[in-house]
Amino acid sequence: MNVTAIFINVFTCGCLIFSFLKDRKKTKQSLLGAAKSFIRILPIVFIIIIFIGLLLGFVPQTQISKIAGEQAGFWGILLIALLGAIMHIPSLIAFPLAASLLKNGASITAVAAFITTLTMIGTITLPLEIKELGKKVALLRNGISFIIAIIIALIMGVIL
Amino acid sequence: MKESIKEKQKKGMMRDIIFLGIAIVIAIILISLFPDKREVITTSSWEFFIEMIWILPAVMVLMGLFSVWVSKEVVINYLGESSGIKGIFLAIFLGALPTGPLYIAFPVAAVLIKKGAKISNIIIFLSSWACIKIPQEMIELKFLGLKFMVLRLILTIIFVVIMGLSIEKIIEWTDKTKMEAARDNAGI
Repeated sequence: MNVTAIFINVFTCGCLIFSFLKDRKKTKQSLLGAAKSFIRILPIVFIIIIFIGLLLGFVPQTQISKIAGEQAGFWGILLIALLGAIMHIPSLIAFPLAASLLKNGASITAVAAFITTLTMIGTITLPLEIKELGKKVALLRNGISFIIAIIIALIMGVIL
Repeated sequence: MKESIKEKQKKGMMRDIIFLGIAIVIAIILISLFPDKREVITTSSWEFFIEMIWILPAVMVLMGLFSVWVSKEVVINYLGESSGIKGIFLAIFLGALPTGPLYIAFPVAAVLIKKGAKISNIIIFLSSWACIKIPQEMIELKFLGLKFMVLRLILTIIFVVIMGLSIEKIIEWTDKTKMEAARDNAGI
């Protein structure tokens, strides 16, 4: 357990105590919601954990760095950004995956591009976004998000 | 409407469990075919499991708390009336609060448009909701480190604001040209 984990847990406990003192009923309600969403996310957590294990077990580092590493080049980044845009993994679980890729040869730019498109762009939620906000706004938001995700990733690659 | 969301969640859950089953079967087959890889696979999976289990419950509790305390009405009230720099900051802040998945934010944004909130603020709010969520940043901090997380956060905020403002300009511009075109047509 590291500092960040301790910090998150302490912070959450603080919020929980504060909430409990203010309104017990609301706190109960939110804990119930938390339990529900925890159970809901568990299967995907396990899938990603198994996937990371298999990935590290079977895909050699040289392969990862060839596809997503320094020598992948611009087209590699573009492909990874596209993958992030299409895939539908909860972002909370995408970070461990990204971390394992980074440790095993992927470049900062590739990982940043993947996370940013993954979180910013929702192809699965796009129909709902169009319905609620109109075609123009929804398509502009997702399209420009893709471009700025790549710009962000490239800047991060240069700085870090 | 509520019923259908529940149904969808149930279906999603079933689908996830089926995928999990498939993943487990594939893992078992691969491990039995390549027994020498077993240790690498189990130890790396186990490590990630431990790391996740230390933070995931806390993150879920945090999200539960905020979704109860910060209701849609609060967001709509605050964001519907603010503009300028204050509006931008509010949009980022309200979007970043840990309150559930993106599809909840779309109806909120739709109400905001009807209420006459600025398009730029709505775009910034949505994008902030999608990728500057506080629990998300915490997990990013944990797995990818402080430098990575802070730099990506700063860059994301800058570019999201630029995007919000330019989409607003684009929308205004296309609406204007459309109106002009209509007028020209009427003139002919």
